[in-house]
Amino acid sequence: MGMTFAQKVLARAAGLDSVVPGQIVAVKPDHLLTHDNTAAIIGKIGDELDKYGVVRKDMPIIVLDHVTPAANEKTATGHANIRKFVAAHGLPNFYDVGTGVCHQVVVEKGHALPGKILVGSDSHTCSYGAVNAFSTGIDRTEAAALLLVGETWFRVPPTIRVTLKGEFKPGVSAKDLILTIIGDISAGGATYQAVEFHGNVGALTIEDRLVVANMGIEMGGKIAVFPFDATTEVYLTSIGADRSSYEPVWADADAEYIRELSYNLSEIVPVVALPHKVDNVKPVSEVEGMEINQALLGTCTNGRLSDLRAAAAILDGKTVSPKVRLLVLPASREVLEAALADGTIATLVRAGGVLLPVGCGPCLGAHQGVLAPGERCLSTANRNFKGRMGCKDAEIVLASPETVAVSAISGVITDPRKVA
Amino acid sequence: MKVWKYGDDINTDMLFPGKYTYTCATAEEVKPHLLEDLDSEFAGEVSAGDILMAGTNFGCGSSREQPVLGLKAVGISAVIAKSFARIFYRAAINQGLVLVEAPDAVDAYKDGDELVLDVEGGSMTVGGKAFTFPALPPEILAIRDAGGLLNYARAKLEAGTK
Repeated sequence: MGMTFAQKVLARAAGLDSVVPGQIVAVKPDHLLTHDNTAAIIGKIGDELDKYGVVRKDMPIIVLDHVTPAANEKTATGHANIRKFVAAHGLPNFYDVGTGVCHQVVVEKGHALPGKILVGSDSHTCSYGAVNAFSTGIDRTEAAALLLVGETWFRVPPTIRVTLKGEFKPGVSAKDLILTIIGDISAGGATYQAVEFHGNVGALTIEDRLVVANMGIEMGGKIAVFPFDATTEVYLTSIGADRSSYEPVWADADAEYIRELSYNLSEIVPVVALPHKVDNVKPVSEVEGMEINQALLGTCTNGRLSDLRAAAAILDGKTVSPKVRLLVLPASREVLEAALADGTIATLVRAGGVLLPVGCGPCLGAHQGVLAPGERCLSTANRNFKGRMGCKDAEIVLASPETVAVSAISGVITDPRKVA
Repeated sequence: MKVWKYGDDINTDMLFPGKYTYTCATAEEVKPHLLEDLDSEFAGEVSAGDILMAGTNFGCGSSREQPVLGLKAVGISAVIAKSFARIFYRAAINQGLVLVEAPDAVDAYKDGDELVLDVEGGSMTVGGKAFTFPALPPEILAIRDAGGLLNYARAKLEAGTK
């Protein structure tokens, strides 16, 4: 019997010929991602860090992105403590305020590579399946233990195989695909499981794959992973990751799956996730006319150049509705530089957009766009939980950059195919 | 002993709002905000030994561990659910919070039923009806029995076996 991607990666990392779903294996992850929560993590193990140090200095990747620039003395102190920790231990992979949201930075800087294992004290660490990495979220305590011992355990997950066919029609994008899948299998539909994407994955760019993999956790998935192909290699070469620096892994043809799903991209339509669950998915055509007060374009889900460009193409020469605040949140400095150079940012700002510092922005409700009671935000982020954007009496509706851009102009949820 | 029962997909924002994630880290800071947006009575009325019961996918969402820290700190003796989200499940093992996956027992429970839980024995009675649940694998019990993952890691470091 052949093995899935998860079986093969975990077997290799554990030094075993083969593993089966349910088996527990000990592995040393290639990288550990932490962000602003590094302050709380190192706070748990101050004495041990003094005594034993960080187990492998090139393992941690630390990105300040969640509440950046600091919103108050407490968050500023957390950032300051992290900088001291990084300097004291000589950690090379540190990215300070303004570099970007961690899940973009890890990919852009070449830390996420095919076949590697990355864990992170952030649930959307599953994003790196886009470049054929095994990556998943963990809690802060586990991150603390990893800094000290460098090893953790995994239960080998069973795997769902999703086969893609066809290509998107105009006005439809990767966000509509992943929301559709989550709506179909539910927010817990892939709990404890891996999700592999097969078939016509060539129809998806690396940025599309990042959108899909990023939201793997929203169906409970441990990982959501794509094969290594020409698209992956071209992207990795463009960021300076040499082909000799990684070893891709993919499932055997006779691997065993617990569930098989199939999607024809040409049949996917623009969708939204209504409050307050990500699997509360409806076609945009059924909710058109719903008023919005804020529109958020960006985050680790949809803050990349192609997302900003898709929105700018719609907003070019138009004006955002006076009833709507359009927030523009590029995923990283590199994205921002490119979007400045090609005029994308100028188009979005001229249309009425408010440019936010790169990072997580208002997605987690800490600052920079918190909602008021009774307000509704149409967002390209990945979560619409009650209270997520800082107010439990507000609503968050999730959608693609195209839907957000079109709706920001009209002031009500609008089907992007009308302008596509 | 009170049983606090909730539905499916209880997410981390309901258990502990994200807006406090970077200002509340210790158990004492977390306690007043536990379940704030789900059940405003919980933080004030919960007492040590109480049980929290829920449907499927309990703890889904963010990787924040404040929900686990907080539930442990207020003395929740176990969370019994139909299923758990995996990061929450790991966090609970790492903190030594007892989780019991027992869908039939959750379905059987009605308000006011007596609930007797035997974690080590893998069994419970709900309103007089008996239910069993599988034991944790030995690799995981070793972490719990060490008093959580950090103690487990400390022991490894002291033994020089990292």
